[in-house]
Amino acid sequence: MPLLQAQALSRSFGSTRALADFNFSIERGEIVALMGANGAGKSTFVKIISGVLPADSGSVTFKGQAFAPATPAEASAAGVVTVHQSTDLVGIPGLTVGDALLLNRFVDRKQPFFASRGRVRREAQAMLREAGFDLPVDRDFAELSAAERQLVAIARGLADKAELLILDEPTASLSATESRRLYAALLDLKKRGIAILYISHRTADLEALADRVAVLRGGRLVESFARPVNFDLAIETMIGRPLVSARPDARGGAGDPVFELSGARLLPGSHPFDLTLHRGEVVAITGVLGVGKSRLLSAIFGNVAVAEGEMRLAGRAYAPSSPREAVDAGVAMAGEDRHRSSLMPAGWPGESIVATISLPHLHRWYPTGFIQPRREREKAETAIRRLGIRPSGPNTSVWTLSGGNQQKVVLARWEAEPCKLLLLDEPFQGVDVGARHDIITAIRSRNDRATLIATSDPEEALEVADRVLTMDHHTIVQSSRHGDSLVSRHDDGSLTGRHDSRENSSREHA
Amino acid sequence: MTAQDNTPAAKSTTRTDDGIRDILRSGAVFILLAALMIGFTLAQPAFININNLMSILQAVSVVAILGAGVTVTLAVGGFDLSIGTVAASSVMAASYFMIVWGFGAGETVVLVLALGAAIGLLNALLIVRLKVPDLLATLAMMFLLTGLQLIPTAGRSISPGLILPDGSTATGKYDPLFLTIGRSSLFGVVPLPVILMAIVAVALYVLTERTRIGRLLFATGGNELATRLAGGPTDRLKTLAYVISGTLASLGGIVVAARVGRGDVSSGGSLLMDAVAAALIGFAVLGLRRPNVFGTLVGAVFVGVLLNGLTMLNAPYYTQDFVKGAVLVGALALTYGIARKA
Repeated sequence: MPLLQAQALSRSFGSTRALADFNFSIERGEIVALMGANGAGKSTFVKIISGVLPADSGSVTFKGQAFAPATPAEASAAGVVTVHQSTDLVGIPGLTVGDALLLNRFVDRKQPFFASRGRVRREAQAMLREAGFDLPVDRDFAELSAAERQLVAIARGLADKAELLILDEPTASLSATESRRLYAALLDLKKRGIAILYISHRTADLEALADRVAVLRGGRLVESFARPVNFDLAIETMIGRPLVSARPDARGGAGDPVFELSGARLLPGSHPFDLTLHRGEVVAITGVLGVGKSRLLSAIFGNVAVAEGEMRLAGRAYAPSSPREAVDAGVAMAGEDRHRSSLMPAGWPGESIVATISLPHLHRWYPTGFIQPRREREKAETAIRRLGIRPSGPNTSVWTLSGGNQQKVVLARWEAEPCKLLLLDEPFQGVDVGARHDIITAIRSRNDRATLIATSDPEEALEVADRVLTMDHHTIVQSSRHGDSLVSRHDDGSLTGRHDSRENSSREHA
Repeated sequence: MTAQDNTPAAKSTTRTDDGIRDILRSGAVFILLAALMIGFTLAQPAFININNLMSILQAVSVVAILGAGVTVTLAVGGFDLSIGTVAASSVMAASYFMIVWGFGAGETVVLVLALGAAIGLLNALLIVRLKVPDLLATLAMMFLLTGLQLIPTAGRSISPGLILPDGSTATGKYDPLFLTIGRSSLFGVVPLPVILMAIVAVALYVLTERTRIGRLLFATGGNELATRLAGGPTDRLKTLAYVISGTLASLGGIVVAARVGRGDVSSGGSLLMDAVAAALIGFAVLGLRRPNVFGTLVGAVFVGVLLNGLTMLNAPYYTQDFVKGAVLVGALALTYGIARKA
């Protein structure tokens, strides 16, 4: 008998069917990965079984009994525990790891009122022994790495007698070594009979962990792949069309230098480096979190100052003191985390696709100051066609779009007017494989500008760029041409960059 | 899988429900306003008299003018607590300019408006340059002005024949032309303050809803980082908002001064709260759930109609603040609680 079984589960949001007759089961000691583009129904399913949303119809059985939790607390009391993507919320900076582990016990009124240090330490250690993790109980939660925070969240779930553990993109902010540490912990739990439902966009994760990959599309389970999983086929099933060669074709020689950076120090005391970008060239910078990729892009965009160094744009001295000056000079940047850096909040003026695209161009499009809706609508419609965005209209809110389509809108913003240099910081965050493909095609179809992309995923870098640079400690340490292999494929299936040995460098909180 | 999967959930209910709820949500304030007016007319037929309606509008004109300024600062994600005292200081300044310095109406109006703009600029300097949080900066400015306006006259109200701190007697008087701002009517029907209110409302409506500056003002309030990264001059936009707010507050002060014809130290006491309430009630108008100039105007009129009607029905004056508060609580509940679920 499966541990959890869902039969003919359906859930609609307005006219959208997020889940349609969805059937699924998971056994004890099994790791099942859910794969699907944004909007395929993965998170709707997870929300139903974790008590966040009710289903419209269909049934779920857990340990042979009907299971319809009304709240997340009810689900975790029954043994279905969800560990969310952002683990910052698991604990509180300033409190210890032990406090973080016992946080939900503090809320429980049945627990003793006084919580002495000794008792917290004892109980936290018992919890960690139970989970089989080794974590420093007395350390400040803020000092933990992202992987350790995941472990704290998982340990807390296990202490609640979890039998089914749901992990949502657990490795999204982890380095390769941290990910491997998490894999080991998860495989250990699997041996103890705990079922794990795993959601991830990273094939490396799935290769290392999944017994079975369940592919969702349009709210249905379209196919299950048993181990060893053919990932190309799984991805094609997921996006519903064949993958054209993922690696970019080599293109003709790059044009004249567009942007030159010489003797640059990003921080006082960091090692100086040079960087030249040519017209028609797509260059990617990789490196783990916090090595200065974002800082470099922000400096070129005039949002932070470089400690030292000279910049030239199209042969002229270029020293922007604000993004405004950078935009006027012909430099564009789509920042990391589009929700924070590019989009207006839902329900606020400027949330429509049209207004999102037109924001930087208002003074050029409307020199008299008065908005003429037709002009921006035409621009938006052009972009929607070119990038294959699927909205119900250009005045639709960006918040009704999937992550991939949102990212296309952000790209469309900066393609609406010609620019000399386009900077993209983590453009594939939360973007499914299909949309990523469209975005890469769009980026690579332009020859009239230079493009610089920062990404912490070496696989993505190879996929999009003509030339890949590697950063470490705020300087460029390595450069490779198209065709070179920057990453090596390990026997265990994980991908790591050559900079792996130094990846525990300090994290950036800029 | 990320947060945006949530958004369809926020908009989900069945279709027919949506239609009715949409109308209720966007029209609630108007339906209530119509009901109030019908109710008051039935109870007291004099209510619907054109002169009474004009007196309602005249009574709310200052609040609506200040509320428009509040709306603009709310749009950039700020808040201006100093507007009430800017208006009060403007009453004092206008009186002082005319009575002590003997200025005419033209000079007085220009100087007082410039004073309001300057205070707005000072607020902006604190907020944009020194990075003082909006509420704290404008609260401090409020305090400063409350005290400052007392100093030139040693705490006395200003009227002709004022005895100055040095013992001399002021010789000036209110310019009759200045008084027409507050006391005359167009065609004997529409009071001049109502016309000023209409001009301000139309101008700011066009500015905020129809121009790129308006788009950028709202963008700054919605996501300042995104606006700056899109090349928007966020510092200048915020400065503009506070200057507009200060200038409109001083315009409100001019209207008050021209109506009462003296510089009363205690004038403008409830203006800040009334203007903020109008702007917040405006969130519920049309179901926009955001600051909007039209809504602010409707909010001010709504409160004015209610107070006028209740006064006609002999409700005691001391219940007024309670009524305003109740309307505000109701409007906020409508905006955030009930409408959100639709």
